[in-house]
Amino acid sequence: MALLELSQVSRSFGGIRAVNALSFAVPEAAIVGLIGPNGSGKTTVFNLISGVFLPDRGALSFAGQSLVGRKPHEVCRLGIGRTFQIVQPFNSLTVLENVRVGAFRTIGDPDRATREADAVLALVGLGHKREALPTSLTIADRKRLELARALATRPRLLLLDEVMAGLRPAETLEMIELARRIHASGVTLLVIEHVMRAVMSLSHRIVVLHHGEKIAEGTPQEVARDPEVIRAYLGEEYRPA
Amino acid sequence: MPSQYVIHLAVMILFFAYLGVAWNILGGYAGQFSFGHAAFFGLGAYTSTLLHIHYGVSPWLGMVLGGLAGVLLGLGSGFLSFRYGLRGPYFALVMLAFAEMLRLLFETWMSKTYPLGLPIPLKGTSLLDFQFKDKGHYFYIVLVMLIAATWLCHRLARSRIGAYWMAIRDNEDAAEALGINAFAYKLLAMAISAVLTAMGGTFYAQYFLTLEVNELFGVQISVEILLSAIIGGAGTVFGPLVGAVALQLLSEVTRVYIRAFSGFDLMIYGCVLILVIIFLPQGLLEGMRRPYRALVRAVARA
Amino acid sequence: MLILQALLSGLLNGGIYSLVAVGLTLIFGVMRIINFAHGSLMMLGMYVSYWLFVLWGVDPYLSLIASGSVLFAVGVLIEAVLVSPVLEAPEHDQLLLTLGISLVIENLALFLWKADPRTVTVPYLAVAPMVGGIMISSPRVIAFAVSLAFTAALYVFLRRTDLGRAIRAVSQDREGALTVGINMRRIYALAFGIGCACVGAAGGLVVPFYAVDPYVGGVFVITAFVVVVLGGMGNFGGALLAALIVGLAESVAAVFIPAAMKQIVMYTIFVVVLLFRPQGLFGGRRA
Repeated sequence: MALLELSQVSRSFGGIRAVNALSFAVPEAAIVGLIGPNGSGKTTVFNLISGVFLPDRGALSFAGQSLVGRKPHEVCRLGIGRTFQIVQPFNSLTVLENVRVGAFRTIGDPDRATREADAVLALVGLGHKREALPTSLTIADRKRLELARALATRPRLLLLDEVMAGLRPAETLEMIELARRIHASGVTLLVIEHVMRAVMSLSHRIVVLHHGEKIAEGTPQEVARDPEVIRAYLGEEYRPA
Repeated sequence: MPSQYVIHLAVMILFFAYLGVAWNILGGYAGQFSFGHAAFFGLGAYTSTLLHIHYGVSPWLGMVLGGLAGVLLGLGSGFLSFRYGLRGPYFALVMLAFAEMLRLLFETWMSKTYPLGLPIPLKGTSLLDFQFKDKGHYFYIVLVMLIAATWLCHRLARSRIGAYWMAIRDNEDAAEALGINAFAYKLLAMAISAVLTAMGGTFYAQYFLTLEVNELFGVQISVEILLSAIIGGAGTVFGPLVGAVALQLLSEVTRVYIRAFSGFDLMIYGCVLILVIIFLPQGLLEGMRRPYRALVRAVARA
Repeated sequence: MLILQALLSGLLNGGIYSLVAVGLTLIFGVMRIINFAHGSLMMLGMYVSYWLFVLWGVDPYLSLIASGSVLFAVGVLIEAVLVSPVLEAPEHDQLLLTLGISLVIENLALFLWKADPRTVTVPYLAVAPMVGGIMISSPRVIAFAVSLAFTAALYVFLRRTDLGRAIRAVSQDREGALTVGINMRRIYALAFGIGCACVGAAGGLVVPFYAVDPYVGGVFVITAFVVVVLGGMGNFGGALLAALIVGLAESVAAVFIPAAMKQIVMYTIFVVVLLFRPQGLFGGRRA
């Protein structure tokens, strides 16, 4: 039994099918990449998993427990953490205080929570900025903060929503390394990404969405050669050479 | 021995600081600005007073029972507001609406039996009856109340509860994604804020010894309650004290040196509120901290 | 018979409410600001009209131009000096600002003109013709007609003129409006000014049959808020319809329930709509 399982999940908004009969699984200790052209429904999938939206149809389960109908805070308590595509820091709190909010998920004592937050900051490389306010951080550091905060909740599964977006190449490499470190510490990762190089090198498996449907699934190499995938990204006029 | 007038001024400062701290827990920390705290204030005052007059209940016990009534009202209005996702100004206005409804109900009820206000029978100085000829005793009582409330606020701010409140305040959706049950924590803030405010109502009743519906449930008192927190610094432990000192002193100075009229201090408060919102939205406390920090840095460099 | 009288006065009141509400919803629609000071601005309009009548014998219906213009100027001034610095501030700060403004205006009026209610009696309006057993109060009918005329004129302005279209553009899509080069500063000032002018004119219309005191705005503003929320925040047409509905409901209810309860009913509608149908009856910015 995989850690996260989606089965025939559908969700529409108004008349638009954002996600259509989607099924895939994320095995424990894996890094799974979720890719697809813009508007293919990737963030909707995250929102369905984390309880922001209710699916119209289908089943979602985590470690054998159903996710359907659970509020976001309940989903987090089950062990799923997430970052947001557009970072959502607590702007009046320092970097440390931001991460501390996450740490309080599993730790009740204020001083221990502070120490845990410091440890997570060290892991992501933000320790030197602990007293800074989020508005004074670079975009790369804000992404790191978002990651650190979710990580502090001690998730079993971490949903990363385009953490590489807007980063320079050097920063992207650092982020890939960071993701690997986090994975090595025992966290399963489900990653939405547009930066192909990053998601291809990170992931064990890739799921490709197009118009809310899964059009391909497999190892990065298999997916990169899949004609359906190429057509989805490049359009009908292009055929593989 | 300071005069009764000076003691009265001190009592008013500490009292409005206390009410500011109470409001601040829901408004400054949890980020839910209520424009209707008069509801808890008046409810507390009338609960203890009516129990005292009709059943001889000591106002001290009445204070606790009034606090309980406040909690129930707070949980009720909070449940409705938060369950249906009211935020920001809509929450503020709905709380105002609740307070106004309560005011109208009490006005209808009281106008028949006590058209000129509800007087508390004078007992001279009596600890059991919470009445003192010498205002000095009231000073010590409100001082204890303020210290207790401030200590509570300080402890909560440092704890998980405080961190969760501030997270909810800054970004409720992100907070939920971190495992925070925003609904429950907002209700908690509401309950604590309500009980403290209601108990403040009892103090007010016992200090002035007559209750008038419009004074206790009106928009004016709701505004005065939130003003010391907003002007001093919402979301800080000592902001309400700074705000209360500033507002009460300003009110006294203008009353003494400028020909005052009823409503003059409200007009001044309005001006101060406007100035603070535009130039110092973090409040006076932060406004004082900035030059202080700059001074410290300048000295360190020298 | 009583019901018919109630329906008539409800309808007439509805017209006035629509003028008040339309100003409020315009300001919200364009600037996303809930103008707590709206009632006190109406009160100012009433005093302008009152003083012009008492000092120089100007007919209240003529001085409408004055109350409207003075309030327009006041609105533009308030917007430029006080509101524009906080346009990017959190919503509760904006509400606190307008609260502060209302405190200043109300208590300034109290200081200048004292709390005694003032009335204006216009001689040619003393006649109250009876039609089919129903008394028709002429000042109310005139207020109704002129209110609707103003509202209709505003509607035409928003639909047909370039400036009006620019205002609607800003209210629908702020970013889009910026992209096409609309001068936001001017639009904000204009919208706020027009909103205040509406409520100032409404004040002038109401003076012949409603006593003026510094707190009179409070009564109208509650109803205005109920109307705006019921009609949908920012929904101009919705405000108009909701105003008539509220006016009718209020009058008919007054036949059956005591006066104090009437205000409670208003507040209850306000809360119920915000809780259970925040977009209002006709759809608007989600509250």
